Amino acid sequence: MFYSEKVMDHFRNPRNVGEIPDADGVGEVGNAKCGDIMRMYIKVKDNKIDDVKFMTFGCGSAIATSSIATELIKGKPIDEAVKLSNQAVVEALDGLPAHKIHCSVLAEEAVKAAVEDYYKKHPKTKTKNK
Amino acid sequence: MIYLDNAGTTKMDEDVKKAMLKYFDEEYGNASSLHSLGQRAKEQLEIARTQIAKAINAQPNEIYFTSGGSESDNQAILSIAHMGKLKNKRHIITTKIEHHAVLHTLEKLEKDGFDVTYLDVMPNGIVDVKALKKAIKKDTVLVCVMFANNEIGTIQPIAEIGELCKQKGITFFTDAVQAVGHLPIDVKALNIDMLSMSAHKFHGPKGVGALFVKRGTPIFSLIEGGAQENNKRAGTENLAGIVGMATALTKAVKEMDKVNKKLVKLRDKLIKALLKVPHSALNGDAVNRLANNVNLCFEGIEGESLLLMLDDEGICASSGSACTSGSLDPSHVLLAIGRPHEVAHGSLRLTMSKYTTEEDVNKVIKVVPKIVEYLRKMSPVWDELEKGERKHVL
Repeated sequence: MFYSEKVMDHFRNPRNVGEIPDADGVGEVGNAKCGDIMRMYIKVKDNKIDDVKFMTFGCGSAIATSSIATELIKGKPIDEAVKLSNQAVVEALDGLPAHKIHCSVLAEEAVKAAVEDYYKKHPKTKTKNK
Repeated sequence: MIYLDNAGTTKMDEDVKKAMLKYFDEEYGNASSLHSLGQRAKEQLEIARTQIAKAINAQPNEIYFTSGGSESDNQAILSIAHMGKLKNKRHIITTKIEHHAVLHTLEKLEKDGFDVTYLDVMPNGIVDVKALKKAIKKDTVLVCVMFANNEIGTIQPIAEIGELCKQKGITFFTDAVQAVGHLPIDVKALNIDMLSMSAHKFHGPKGVGALFVKRGTPIFSLIEGGAQENNKRAGTENLAGIVGMATALTKAVKEMDKVNKKLVKLRDKLIKALLKVPHSALNGDAVNRLANNVNLCFEGIEGESLLLMLDDEGICASSGSACTSGSLDPSHVLLAIGRPHEVAHGSLRLTMSKYTTEEDVNKVIKVVPKIVEYLRKMSPVWDELEKGERKHVL
């Protein structure tokens, strides 16, 4: 198979799909022209990712990388979540085909964008963290 | 399994397989050998050549066997380019919707100093013959327009183009890989100078094809070596494959009317039902299209995800999304008919064959709308479309 079992599992049964209407931070990355858009919603409580949801327009690996990224950051302290790397996403999925690596980069960027948005809306928390 | 990727490749016909078998273990001679085993191979080779010639109303000595469509396309174009160089004619006219075997060969020629005009097609995916006529220059040496498009199935005005090229004294080559065995073809009546075909597109084996070259049209060899194929294509002939191709084509031509009648009904049923999905559109002309081809765009979703989910339902299909093309851009054909990038990513191609049943079609009609709805639910693009933050184009 072109994709690992893990990728197919996350594609077939994506975790944390949907939106959080009262999200504390929302990040959207990618562009429809290139065929991938990821939007990530986070809910923060006590400086931890209390809840996370995603919506993705894209190929199988774009859906799978979004799904696993939400699993990897859920419940994590926000300063740890923001450090999620695309390599960690690839490893957690037991690898991606070379021309699909950009999907893992998008997942990393989506998490960062959501956290960035959270900090923008809650500037005080950022100072506190530092 | 429901196989709807017949423009990609087809299942080999049982009769074709049977016809081929003895060339592996009994009649395995080399057609260039003098002994009787070799001579019998030679005889069979010529019978196959005659059968293929007959299927397109050509002469047997106008048929050259190759490894398939891509090789035939390369040989046709490079041969005429070679002649053009000698005559100092370096202009070639083609279309934006050709197969990559044609486009990449032409791009190579551009680097070699050729001037190539890539004609736009009309929004229905058909070449405008008037625009073609206008594009002709004094040094135009070749017009290269495919017979039927592999993605959207549109059938091009080959007779008109052939007539025009004849009047202007320009060589006319058509990549007919999707048309041979599917549409009636008479190379003489259509004024075609060169035509390529590939056996595995009409229930023959893979790895074998042919190039028709009208007598008097110069070709040169891409592969040097022995004197096979009248010195134009070296290498021991793939006799089993060639016999398979001839058997497949003879059968395809015989069954054509019956199969097409059935497929047109199934095609139009599929199109009608799938267009009920909101914000969807048919790609390519509804009438001037191959009987087996359905190609649609669904706004707000991406094609690869759709294919993977169809595969889980046992349906084999294809898409013009970037993810399936191996590049970042979606199908050049969908872009050429004016689909924006984001819409072209959401395309689905279903190509049927004589083996496709009404039951297969009914299952697709049931499954596709559900998958589209599911994918749209998780799509931020669809979300924006629904909220009016992005404008619908379909």
